[in-house]
Formats: sequence, C-alpha cells, structure tokens
Amino acid sequence: MQPVQTHSLSPHLRRLEAEGIAIIRETAASFRNPVLLYSIGKDSSVVLHLAMKAFAPGRIPFPLLHIATGWDFRDMLEFRDRRAAELGARLIVHTNPDGLARGIGPLTHGSQVHMDVMGTQALKQALDIGGYDAALGGARRDEEKARAKERVFSHRAPGHVWEPRGQRPELWGLYNTRIAPGETMRVFPISNWTEFDVWDYIAAEQIPVVPLYFAAERPVLRRGGALIMRDDDRMPLNEGEQIENMWVRFRTMGDWPLTGAHESRAQTMEEVLEELRLSRVSERHGRLIDNDQEASMERKKREGYF
Amino acid sequence: MDGSTMSRGLLRVLTCGSVDDGKSTLIGRLLYDSQMIMEDTLAAITRDSRKHGTVGEEVDLALLVDGLEAERQQGITIDVAYRFFTTPRRSFIVADCPGHEQYTRNMATGASNSELAIILVDARKGLLTQTRRHSYICSLLGIRHVVLAVNKIDLVNFDQQVFDRIVGEYATFAAGFGFHTMVPIPVSGRFGDNVSTRSGNTPWYRGETLLEHLESVSVEEELTQIPFRFPVQWVNRPNQDFRGFSGTVASGAVAVGENIVVAASGVSSHVTRILGPAGDQERASAGESITICLADEVDVARGDVLAPIADRPAVADQFAAHLLWMDEEAMLPGRQYMMRVGNVWTSASVTSIKHRVDVATLDHQSATRLSLNEIGLCNLSTAQRVAMDPYAQNRLTGAFILVDRFTNRTAGCGMINFALRRATNVHHEHFLVDKAARATALRQKPMLLWFTGLSGSGKSTVAKLVEQALHRAGRHTYSLDGDNLRHGLNRDLGFTDQDRVENIRRVGEVAKLMVDAGLIVLASFISPFRAERQMVREMLGEREFLEVFVDTPIEICMQRDVKGLYAKAKRGEIANFTGVTSPYEPPEAADLVLDGSGPAADALAQQVLDMIERRMADG
Repeated sequence: MQPVQTHSLSPHLRRLEAEGIAIIRETAASFRNPVLLYSIGKDSSVVLHLAMKAFAPGRIPFPLLHIATGWDFRDMLEFRDRRAAELGARLIVHTNPDGLARGIGPLTHGSQVHMDVMGTQALKQALDIGGYDAALGGARRDEEKARAKERVFSHRAPGHVWEPRGQRPELWGLYNTRIAPGETMRVFPISNWTEFDVWDYIAAEQIPVVPLYFAAERPVLRRGGALIMRDDDRMPLNEGEQIENMWVRFRTMGDWPLTGAHESRAQTMEEVLEELRLSRVSERHGRLIDNDQEASMERKKREGYF
Repeated sequence: MDGSTMSRGLLRVLTCGSVDDGKSTLIGRLLYDSQMIMEDTLAAITRDSRKHGTVGEEVDLALLVDGLEAERQQGITIDVAYRFFTTPRRSFIVADCPGHEQYTRNMATGASNSELAIILVDARKGLLTQTRRHSYICSLLGIRHVVLAVNKIDLVNFDQQVFDRIVGEYATFAAGFGFHTMVPIPVSGRFGDNVSTRSGNTPWYRGETLLEHLESVSVEEELTQIPFRFPVQWVNRPNQDFRGFSGTVASGAVAVGENIVVAASGVSSHVTRILGPAGDQERASAGESITICLADEVDVARGDVLAPIADRPAVADQFAAHLLWMDEEAMLPGRQYMMRVGNVWTSASVTSIKHRVDVATLDHQSATRLSLNEIGLCNLSTAQRVAMDPYAQNRLTGAFILVDRFTNRTAGCGMINFALRRATNVHHEHFLVDKAARATALRQKPMLLWFTGLSGSGKSTVAKLVEQALHRAGRHTYSLDGDNLRHGLNRDLGFTDQDRVENIRRVGEVAKLMVDAGLIVLASFISPFRAERQMVREMLGEREFLEVFVDTPIEICMQRDVKGLYAKAKRGEIANFTGVTSPYEPPEAADLVLDGSGPAADALAQQVLDMIERRMADG
C-alpha cells in the first residue's frame, strides 16, 4: 500500500521518524524471528506505521502480537481487528490460558496479580510459543524515570529476564544485536519520542488510533479518585457509586478497570494536541497499575513486563 | 505551531560533571524552566525535598533527575539516562551520565550520540583533572561544540575575576581539542542565574543565557557537505519487480540519476529511484532513512557501502584507531573480537598497541593491554575488507564497536584514524604445488588435533600414544608441545594473559603451515582461553581442526602433579598458574571430550584414533 503523503513534518519529527525506521529495519535484518508487540495504543500504532514505511513497497516481514487480558476495552479489540485486516498483517492474539482457567481478573485478584498473570506471564508464554528472538515495542524513555536509561536494544537473558549487567552501551547507531541461544532482545524504535511527538506525528501522518483517545460522552463511575468507564457489566457498583454520562477521553490504553479517564472535550486531533500543550499532569497519572507500589516500573521490567 | 517553531530541529546535548558540580540541579533547572515538569511530578519532588533534599525549604531540583541513587546502591550500572525537553524554538535530548567509576565508558556512550557538550565547572574549585578528562573524551568522540558552564557562581559572590580566570585557563588548555565553538557562561543551577533568564547579579556578563545559546547554536555539521555514504542495511526485495537497498544516509546527499559505486567491489551503477518515508523523492541527504533502486543488477548486500565514484571510502583490512575499552575483561592484542563497522560484522583483533593515553595528563604510555576505561592508539586487523573513513571526517563511517565473542558484551569502541596501506600491498603468494597435491602424495588428510586441558590432565600422554599409533599405520605426523616450543620459537613469552594469547597465535600459525605441508599435527597446550582456541579453529577451518578436551578434575591433576608445578603454585612460587591463580575456560563444543579421571591412557588414545578414522573416511 502507498504510504500517506506526509505534509509538513518538522525537522525534529523527520529525524525521529528516520531513526525509528532504521531501528525497525535493523531488527528485521539482525534477528531470525522478530515480532511486533501491538498493544493497540497510540505508541504501538506509531511503531506499526513506521514498520510499514520501513519495508515499503513490500510488506512488514514479521507478525503482530497482541496480548489480550480479557479486560481490554471493546473498542480496542474492534480497532485491532480492523487495522490488521486493512494492512493485511499477520496478527497473533494470545491470552494466558492458565490465568483464564483460574478466572484471574483485576477486580477479583487486584491489579498486581492480574497484570502479572495476564500481562507479563502471558507475554512470556507467547514469545516462547512463537520462538521469537526479538520483540519490537512502543516504549518511550520519557514515560517514566525508570525508562530514561532503557536501551533501544534491551537484552533479555533466558527466561526473558532483564539483567542490569546484560545491558550494553549503545554508541552511534552501531547496535550490538548479537545474542546467544535462549536469549532475546526487546527493541524500542520510538525510545527518543515524547508523548507530544507521538501525537504530533499521528496528526501529521493521519494515523488511525482507537476512538477512546478522543472525547465522547461515556458511562463512567468514580472510584479511588479515578474515572472508570464501565465497559461491560463485570464490575459491580459499590454502595454510593453510580454511573454518570460524562465527556471524557483516555490518555493511555490498558485494561478498562485499570485505566482512568479524564474529563475532556477534545474531539479532534487538533484539540487533543492543544489539550496536551496546556496539560500539567503526566501521562501515567491515569494508569492505576503504576501507583501500586514504589518503583513499580523497575520491578515489572525485571520480571519481564514491557 | 507557528512557522518559527522548532526551526532549529533537535539538539542532542551531553552533560559532563559530577554530582558535586551541581549537574543534576542544572539539568533539573533546565527542565523546570522549560516547563517540562508536570504537577504530579512536582508534587512528588516537593514531598521528597523535605525528606531527602539538601536545600532546606526550597524544592530540590536535583531530585527531578536523580532517582538513580537507589539503583546505584543496588549495584546497578547506569551508563546514560536520557531527558527530553522542548522549548518553542527547539527540542532537546540530554544525555546524562551519572557515577564516577565507569565515567570514561559512560561519557563515550553519551558523547557518541551528542552534538554539544556542557562541561560543568564548580566556580569555587576551578578546573580539575576531571575537567581535562571530560574535555579530552568529548574531543576524541568528535564533539565540536562546547559550553563551559561555570556553575555555583553565586557561591563566589558573582565575581567576574573568578569567572575570567577559569575561562582563560580553559581556553589555553582546550586549544588543541578542535572545538568549533566554546562558549563560557556563568550560571547558578540552584537559583537559575543565566540558565533561562539573564541574571541581575552578573551585569558584567553580556552573553547569552544557557538556554538561549542551546536554542540558537548551529551544529549542522558539514554532514551534508562531505561525500555521500550509504551503508546498506536491508535489501528490500518483495517481488521480482522491485529490488531496493534500504538504509540511512550517513553523510552527503544523493539524487536520482547520479552515479554511485559499491565501495568494496568497485562495481558502479546509477540511481533510478529514491523511496523515502512519504514515497518517491528526487534526492536525499544525511540522516534520511530511504530505499535506493539502481539501474543495474549489481551485487549488493547488507554491509556494503554506496559512495560517489569520484570520492570513495578506503577499503582495507588493517587500520589505525583510538580504541576505548569498556569491558571488565582486558583487551589483549591478538585476541579475536567481533567488530561492527557500519552494517558489517567481521572478526578483528588488535595487532599492536602503539601507546596508551593517560586520560588525566594526556601523556602517552607504553602498554601491552587495555583495561576497562583505558584508551589506546592501536593497529587493528579484520578478517574481511571493509569500507571506512577517518572518524575526524565522518563520525558514522569512521566508528566501530568490538564485541566479546563469548559473552557478546560490547567490549570496546573505536575511532578510525586511517587505513593502513600495508594491507593493500601484501598479497598471498600462490605456488604450483599446493596442499591438496601434498596431501595426495602423502595419502592422508592433513589436520590439526588440538589437545586442551589443565596441566597434568594427561594431554601429552594421550597425544604421544596417538602419534605412535598413527606412525605405525604409516601416517605422517608431527607433535607440537608447549614446553618444547617455549624453549625456542616462544622463548620470549611468559605466562601473563597477553603472552598466553601470543603463544597460542604463534602455535596456530606454525600448525597451519604444517597442515599445509600435508601433515597430521598434534598440539598439546593448556590453552586456557576459549577465544584463542576459537582463533586457531578459524585459522585452520572447521574441517581441519579437531578440538580434544582432556577433562580431568583439578584435584586429580594436583594429586598427579608430575612436574611438581601445583605444589610450587600453591606455595606462590609460580604466578598465573592455570587452575590455581589463572582461569581455565573449558570448551563448550569440543569435537571430543576425554574423561581424564577414569579410563587408561591407551583407551583414551583409541577414542581419538576412532575420531581421526571417521574424519579420514568423510571424503
């Protein structure tokens, strides 16, 4: 397919775009069996878009992998299947069968257990089943302090373990992509992008994203200081709670019971960009899982969470 | 965004200095002043300031970027942390290298990806040894733009004389470093003087604030002015109708219709199409990731470099370079490493260290190895001829990394000075009678049997029995023995790691000549390092190298102690004794492993003979 004609990308975005494309090509050239971790959010939508450009006029030479937890927003799943079909990409969806059998969920087991079993463990299972030696993802260094030092090519020991000593210095663009049998690599082509860059690029390139990023009137309830959109009836209402219809949008995507919305009227790309320009709270504010525990990202990374 | 926004694009900045210089506070100040700090983050550090902060009731801006202390306490090595901030005029990526111990390595990593360095000096302390070290590494890594931030100017009462003295000293000292711009600015990270707003406390300073300078400095190197270089990263061939070469333009520019040459092969063609991120384009310049189509069906693979016919890179397998060592295991000349230059992976070794550079004094010293964080001027030799430019001319085609073959750690990085002509003038001589002819005359298949194991493991005993049996069967053999060679060819070598490497290299070369002569060669050497056994394997090739590991537990070797060496080693009379004071790395995939603890020597010899028979029968 013919890529969308870019209009007026800033020199800054052009440079980030070129870097991202180069990293994706490097992954395809250096690994036997790479995969693109497609979480359906804005970041992995950008990575997917860059991957299309990297191999045009050919197709993306690796599959997309989505870890479904059973608590994904319905809008995300619909969007995922439509995009995969439009692009003719090979989409693999994996859900942790043990977790599913044990009925693990965020409401019954808490966000930590749920994310570990249905997120982290499921990802490891899927990578092992597919025999993937490199997994491309949309993590960015500006997301959080613990990510600021993350490598572009992040080495994982057997068992997908992130070991501080196994991380390699990255000089120039000369990435060290060599791994021993059983080892894998996580690759982050948009490491150097900020949240604003991502939206700026999505707007300029007209990249389709999940509608939840834009404001609409949605049924939400207030719980623990967050606005939760009840996407199905698995979440019982506590005493005193009630569903209100409010104008909200989401800044990050995740499992619906764990992702807080915020009040917003930003219905278009331009309005979202304007809102971001004025925003004085960080992106992860709405993610309920990060606040679980001090330094929780660092711990999750060691365990193999993205 | 209006038209002037981001007009200067992205600037990558390295900050050099230690915590004591107020580096974290200065970076925190830049982030704070450019309003990159969100309310929830600020609330968190305000809370932390009361708990851990060092500045009383104020918000300790250093806490915005520190956060790494806990990890340092856990023993986690952090080489570089990246911070992002944006002003209406430009966006910035700041590479921040914390810590003292790994400083050289970390700084090199940060510097390799940066265009400008902020060198911090504490106004109270003036230039320190580390200021010299930082400046030298910046210079070596090709940074051409420097800001000398004279920090804590508030603590010297905003005294112009202090500032002028430091600037004067620095200008003299950095004169030879090739910096294109060197801008001194008196600042206070803590109070913000001259960071983003001009300070009323320094009326004598008329220059730009730090942020103004960062926003306006032009670092657009002549990257687009120097010759076109295109390291091919990926061959894009989705179907019969399309064949393109993808990669990032390292330097210069290219346009449809221009002639290019494949550097290594010298084959030329011309560009018929350039595909960029938005489809077809007429031309492309440095930094763009594109796909190039050529008019002819020329042979191009990943690793090849496309260049203008009139202005090609050097193509060589020997070159001189500054090598900066980053691994805890020291670099030994002669040892084989994997080298990445451009998109080529090839094996490489240092053939000589001309000198080591003392990073503090810049003195040249002689050296036989490079340890962690040491820098040396070296000659290197590669297995394959590669395209390269001097680093001073081209940062992307003149840089390389060395990777440990066994751990895959990035062990060193290098900046190429020049290709050595020597390599291009020495050719192999070909003779009319070759190895195959000699082997046929001897009616045998020449090979090298390499016996490795601890001292006293029984290597030589087994090798002698094998040779005896081969000789009886009418085979032509020769034995190379460690002790014997050390009386002659290798008498100048001791038992340090680097001498052991050289010892094995020479044995390998001798064995190779003997195999070339058609002989079955039996070599018995402790050869404790995998890297060197691998080196010999590669010299000979898989078909002619058979590794026999005589696996005898050290307790048994010590009991036997035929030569009384273990006893001496334990008494401390022998330094670097394998298994006692020097390591032995057992083979991971030996062609044959002999259990040296049980069976009699002639049974072990028979296993070796059986393997030789199988190899002979292999056609």
